Amino acid sequence: MNPFSSGTRLRDMIRAIRASKTAAEERAVVRKECAAIRAAINENDQDYRHRNLAKLMFIHMLGYPTHFGQMECLKLIASPGFPEKRIGYLGLMLLLDERQEVLMLVTNSLKQDLNHTNQYIVGLALCALGNICSAEMARDLAPEVERLLQFRDPNIRKKAALCSIRIIKKVPDLAENFINSATALLREKHHGVLITGVQLCTDLCKISPEALEHVRKKCTDVLVRTLRDLANSPYSPEYDIAGITDPFLHIRLLKLLRVLGEGDADASDSMNDILAQVATKTESNKVAGNAILYECVQTIMSIEDNGGLRVLAINSLGRFLSNRDNNIRYVALNMLMKAVTADGQAVQRHRATILECVKDSDASIRKRALELVYVLVNETNVKPLAKELIDYLEVSENDFRGDLTAKICSIVSKFSPEKIWYIDQMLKVLSEAGNYVKDEVWHALIVVITNATELHGYTVRALYRAFQTSAEQESLVRVTVWCIGEYGDLLVNNVGMLDIEDPITVTESDAVDVLEIAIKRHESDLTTKAMALVALLKLSSRFPSCSERIKEIIVQFKGNLMLELQQRAIEFNSILAKHQNIRSTLVERMPVLDEATFIGRKAGSLPGAASTTTMPSVGIPNGEAKPAAPLIDLLDLSSDDAPAPSSSGGDLLHDLLGVDLSPAPQQSGAGQPSKSGTDVLLDLLSVGSPAQSSSSTVDILSSNTNGKSPVSPLDDISSLSLSSRANSNAGAAPMMDLLDGFGPSPSKENNGPVYPSITAYESSSLRLTFSFSKQPGNPETTNIQATFTNLSSTVYTDFVFQAAVPKFLQLHLDPASSNTLPAAGNGSVTQSLKVTNSQHGKKNLVMRIRIAYKLNGKDTLEEGQINNFPREL
Amino acid sequence: MIHFVLLISRQGKVRLTKWYSPYSQKERSKVIRELSSEILSRGPKLCNFVEWRGFKVVYKSDQDDNELETLSIIHHYVETLDRYFGSVCELDLIFNFHKAYFILDEILLAGEMQETSKRTTLRLIAAQEELLEAAKEEASSLSSIIAQATK
Repeated sequence: MNPFSSGTRLRDMIRAIRASKTAAEERAVVRKECAAIRAAINENDQDYRHRNLAKLMFIHMLGYPTHFGQMECLKLIASPGFPEKRIGYLGLMLLLDERQEVLMLVTNSLKQDLNHTNQYIVGLALCALGNICSAEMARDLAPEVERLLQFRDPNIRKKAALCSIRIIKKVPDLAENFINSATALLREKHHGVLITGVQLCTDLCKISPEALEHVRKKCTDVLVRTLRDLANSPYSPEYDIAGITDPFLHIRLLKLLRVLGEGDADASDSMNDILAQVATKTESNKVAGNAILYECVQTIMSIEDNGGLRVLAINSLGRFLSNRDNNIRYVALNMLMKAVTADGQAVQRHRATILECVKDSDASIRKRALELVYVLVNETNVKPLAKELIDYLEVSENDFRGDLTAKICSIVSKFSPEKIWYIDQMLKVLSEAGNYVKDEVWHALIVVITNATELHGYTVRALYRAFQTSAEQESLVRVTVWCIGEYGDLLVNNVGMLDIEDPITVTESDAVDVLEIAIKRHESDLTTKAMALVALLKLSSRFPSCSERIKEIIVQFKGNLMLELQQRAIEFNSILAKHQNIRSTLVERMPVLDEATFIGRKAGSLPGAASTTTMPSVGIPNGEAKPAAPLIDLLDLSSDDAPAPSSSGGDLLHDLLGVDLSPAPQQSGAGQPSKSGTDVLLDLLSVGSPAQSSSSTVDILSSNTNGKSPVSPLDDISSLSLSSRANSNAGAAPMMDLLDGFGPSPSKENNGPVYPSITAYESSSLRLTFSFSKQPGNPETTNIQATFTNLSSTVYTDFVFQAAVPKFLQLHLDPASSNTLPAAGNGSVTQSLKVTNSQHGKKNLVMRIRIAYKLNGKDTLEEGQINNFPREL
Repeated sequence: MIHFVLLISRQGKVRLTKWYSPYSQKERSKVIRELSSEILSRGPKLCNFVEWRGFKVVYKSDQDDNELETLSIIHHYVETLDRYFGSVCELDLIFNFHKAYFILDEILLAGEMQETSKRTTLRLIAAQEELLEAAKEEASSLSSIIAQATK
């Protein structure tokens, strides 16, 4: 006996391993055994090679590396005896895979074994070949395997058949060689040979169209007959499973018939009867029967249409849905999804059962069922379906609610017959599961609400009621806050009462209560609070009597740690305190939001993220540096509402988002009227490309943005609302292009580098002229010198010029020379502007301007639009 | 086709692995690791595995395969094991893992079903075990002759 061989027998090693109490112990045992085996390998030990390989396989299953044993497999396979070969082939299949080059070395042994006199050894070779051969080996040995398809022993024929499957999968070119021998197998009686032959033919037909033709023509009838005989065969103990004779063969035959019938009317015809028989007669209380039925249904749905058969199939699936077995229900739902495209009507009949599956205890079934329901919704059934789903929403699991709400909202918005129904359903969903509702959904709701003018009163009252009970649902709170801000007067005055409504008394104070609760709620996040602030501002205009109280609430946020809230509070407070004259115009009723626009914007990113950013306090210039011009932050984190100052008189351009927040750190020492925060008029959007940085969005600058780098990185991060709004601006598809409304006003003059000055704006009291120059080599940027002349006889003080440009332009204003404009042209104020046109050559410059000044202490405002820029700028 | 079959004990020990698709050793370990942790925690009602005598038999098959059929195939296999070992317990499987493999190799080949009759399968297994016995006999009688001759 070899002194190096491991003395332990297989079972002793296994015992030792199992007896190890710790992983370290086990590793020690394994290491010792592996060392012994390695030594034995080196010594070329014959006697225990068999045992050593068995040990190696066990060790391999434990997860240890065993590649050093691969050659041992080869040596064992090359040994003459059956036991050695058997374990050798087993080791080969376990320790190697087809990608290893070592495998090639076995080819010769395989060839010999395929020709062995001992049929069990032939079987071993076929098994190994069929499980792991590579393409080269397949090519080399295909002729042997082909020959074996006609071997005398059926057990070899069946192995050869399956081995052939692997061969033709690896080398599809060889498929043709197997056609004849494969089809011959279909006439056999031995079940093993039959089922493997059927499988071989199925794969042949999938790979080779020629084979498909051949089998279809020659064998369809045989197959139909075989299936019929099988289905009608008496009890056979050898093949019986759950009362059915050889369900596996049933299934495989059905599969092959499917391949043959697909796309061929004649073949499909010939199988209709047997399919009907199987579909109706098969017992479906056990897995075996259901497996057959499932296969049968798949076949029926795939072959050429026979109406009655299809309905039969779908009904079977419907029955599956009530089966207790989860697997079967799941499988049925899958199939029904596919069947919907073929015959939606038939599937509709099972709607009730499918709806029940939405409430299943199994998560995957719920999901599948919900998807199926979604596909089945149409105008006629949307109301009852939505009702069912919303009812279920109340009791559903939390992790399912996200999906469920999304689907409900989608169904409701797609198919709702009336706006009022839509609003009702949405309110229910929000009240029930508002916290799971995605942002797009409640945004869309608001859009619809604005469009349903006759329902404004109804909606705001319904929301008010809902708020009383479901204020923990964030989205509901937001929508309520927005609506109360907008339509608070309708709420309080019971405007637009519908017949179905119960009367409700809400005082102005009650309405403000709601907002106060919303804003002070601990759970309210940034978005909600910000929206509430805007709503409060609106109400302060609509309910003057509450103005003081509202002011008190707003004031509390002036020192809030969140930049957004602080900013709004300060600005709104300023409006309330000092600018009542413009307040009402600021917060006028919003125009109807254009749904198409909004849906276009959904493609861009919405500022969902914005609501959760806390912005670091970037040196906000303190307080209320006194601008002459109104500080209007029409910023809103929500994607909606940009109250457009109506002074622009029916301005077509509404930014749904509010305006750009120019970066906070204003150069203070500039001695210019420093603005805290934004000085913002209108965000004049045009259709821009998405995802532009905020610097390329409309910059509505006033003076003193010296050396402004549009957004410093810190601001970028902090003003997430800023850029995300910018993005959403960008996504607004058919937002009106500023230029669309106004034809290009070409002054067709001038090709030279000298551009004529223009009178940009002139009124009875003021004239503004622009003169232009460009830097050589920088055609996109134009330097403009603006000159203001006072045409009246009174001096203007606190003179401030503001300008706004569409998105493709960038504007930079330098500080003005002075903000006092002497009267009657005795002097002028000049200011430099720089405009960069990213669409230079394609689009003209255009600009809206606003000039504010004090005339005898009275605030005056002039606005206009400049269209007469020279073309080439 | 079936891509692989794994037999995992309750404690997560792998007792049998059979791969019908090319998975590298690395991929195999990954699959085993991931499946072990996931399957062991699952209740008996969910798909893609069969619970049998404290084992979970996990398999993966093609997308368009009939899941119910594959389930039946696995059932067929474990019932054959039952018949062979006679009410098998885990220990049987551990010490005779190679036999479990041999039986599987008579039922599945290239990921497809090879024989639907349990009786035939077991007959084939028995025949091959006879061959083993015969070979062992021959070997021992040979060694006794040699021992005699070299005494």
